[in-house]
Amino acid sequence: MDNPVQHEVEAHPPGIEDHEERARLLAALYIAQEQYGWLSPEAIQRVADRLHISAGKVQSTASFYTMFRLEPGGKYHIQVCEGVSCYLAGGAEPLINHVSKRLKIKPGETTPDGKFSLEVVECLATCGSGPAIRINDETYEYVTVEKIDELLDGLGK
Amino acid sequence: MFEPVLTRNIHRPYSEKITTYLEHGGYNAVRKAFAGTPEEIIDMVKRSGLRGRGGAGFPAGTKWGFMPKDQDIPKIVAVNTDEGEPGTFKDREIVERDPHQIIEGVIIAAYAIGAGRAYVYIRGEFFLGVKRWIKAIADAYEHGFLGKNILGSGMNLDMSVHRGAGAYICGEETAMLESLEGKRGNPRLKPPYPAQVGLFGLPTLVHNIETLACIPHIIERGPEWFAGIGTEESKGPKIFSVSGHVNRPGNYELPLGISLREIIDEHAGGVRDGKRLKAVIPGGASTPILPANRVDVPMAFETLNAAGSQLGTGAVIVMDETTCMVEIARRLAKFFAHESCGRCTPCRIGSVRLYELLDRIEHGKGKPGDIETILETANGIDGLTFCPMGAALANPARSAIEHFREEFEFHIEHKGCLVKAVYSS
Ligand SMILES: Cc1cc2nc3c(=O)[nH]c(=O)nc-3n(C[C@H](O)[C@H](O)[C@H](O)COP(=O)(O)O)c2cc1C
Ligand code: SF4
Ligand code: FES
Repeated sequence: MDNPVQHEVEAHPPGIEDHEERARLLAALYIAQEQYGWLSPEAIQRVADRLHISAGKVQSTASFYTMFRLEPGGKYHIQVCEGVSCYLAGGAEPLINHVSKRLKIKPGETTPDGKFSLEVVECLATCGSGPAIRINDETYEYVTVEKIDELLDGLGK
Repeated sequence: MFEPVLTRNIHRPYSEKITTYLEHGGYNAVRKAFAGTPEEIIDMVKRSGLRGRGGAGFPAGTKWGFMPKDQDIPKIVAVNTDEGEPGTFKDREIVERDPHQIIEGVIIAAYAIGAGRAYVYIRGEFFLGVKRWIKAIADAYEHGFLGKNILGSGMNLDMSVHRGAGAYICGEETAMLESLEGKRGNPRLKPPYPAQVGLFGLPTLVHNIETLACIPHIIERGPEWFAGIGTEESKGPKIFSVSGHVNRPGNYELPLGISLREIIDEHAGGVRDGKRLKAVIPGGASTPILPANRVDVPMAFETLNAAGSQLGTGAVIVMDETTCMVEIARRLAKFFAHESCGRCTPCRIGSVRLYELLDRIEHGKGKPGDIETILETANGIDGLTFCPMGAALANPARSAIEHFREEFEFHIEHKGCLVKAVYSS
């Protein structure tokens, strides 16, 4: 069983049944996000119905966490670390500005074709091998402008 | 030569596998622990002098002793793998490369406090870490180290992994419990402490994974061995994450009490490109900055406090002479402003105010009096907030001004950077 969501959903133990449903909320939001691509109002409502929590509460909880997307993002979600260690290693703004220029979007935006979105993030716990960026689930270390170009070329941009 | 303890296996091939762990003496400590009584185990942890590695340094054995003794009350161990403090990358490495060591620590802790349930909370971004946790737990079940009647001892323990979803504050123990319950990660008011009222209202022992990883070794080799490493008040091995302007950034496991200078110069290969050292953040982004003339300090809780900083998570961030300290303070302030959970006003408003002030100074728009306003704002946050984040966010700006005030003054007066003026000519 390698699937984190399946693991979490099956994990809620006997003895604390009263709390069980609510405790599954983050796992349920991950499932919904996977299915819908983002947490659309429809996805939020489905989670709310399943767990018998109000849609408002689900929305409010989801909005607390940056990994839950309440707006559709790009097919490739690019995150650039602006943490202090990555900055000292030559990362942060030089890399952010480069991606921004190349994709013609600002941080927080998605390209019109829906292919790429850019986000600036704090520390990916890769500080010893920074600058670090992430594209979807993959983290890249020792990133340079050239390496970003190579990665984006490979993704067809 | 110091022999690594916590990282002794991580360079072996397939170090994450249960077979590798078992081949090198893994899970022997559980057997040994079961031969003693829970009280004896708690006593050993107390005598070892082990203090929490999650940042606050609270004595582990004392915390175990706070757990209610009543056997009828279900108890929980909550395992903190939320590592998000900029500069810190030790937990990610140990969970990816030696998760069984942590599970063994959890089993022993659960035995000592009488817990039947363990919840792992892991940072949502740790994709490999999640997989390693899940696989390791499944293998531990298969080998009879988790589940019912563990190794015939009569003890039962269930363990599962739960992912956070991107919020630094969820590393704070009560916020982590809220998040595990499926809520927004707002810290809870203490007391009651988690040892009384924790996850689902049940008494809960919360530990950082590096703390838990120390447990099997304390049981195996004895508390006296552990207490023989380190200083008066800081015992045992510690993983130091070194980043920034050094030749060999990385995680280094060394005895507590080692000098900060030795970590930088010998283990991390010295400052990069032959440059001079300017400043160090010794314990992760929330600990005060130390100037270069204070790096002969031993890396221990008490000595760093005396030197005007904190051991924190032991994440050493090294800055050379070309670093602008206004920019460092600005960047750290931005981090905290972004991560404030918004629950209390001094932190919510103060963190943004600090960032705005530092941002305008950095960009040549500072005004006379801004430095005083920053100090007033920082002092108005520290001590007045719901959780320790308030104190944490006041640290970088305050310490940067304390040690490098002339750089702030130059930025305001000349609308430009002193360091740049010196190093770009
Ligand atoms: C803002 C904030 C963030 C924290 N983040 C973490 C974290 O990511 N990991 C961790 O183990 N402890 C973190 N802590 C410390 C925990 O609250 C708690 O003290 C720790 O998990 C207890 O374990 P220990 O006794 O083993 O250190 C954080 C504390 C604060 C105030
Ligand atoms: S101090 Fe900051 S992070 Fe802590 S509870 Fe208050 S607002 Fe939230
Ligand atoms: S600061 Fe970028 S990964 Fe930690």
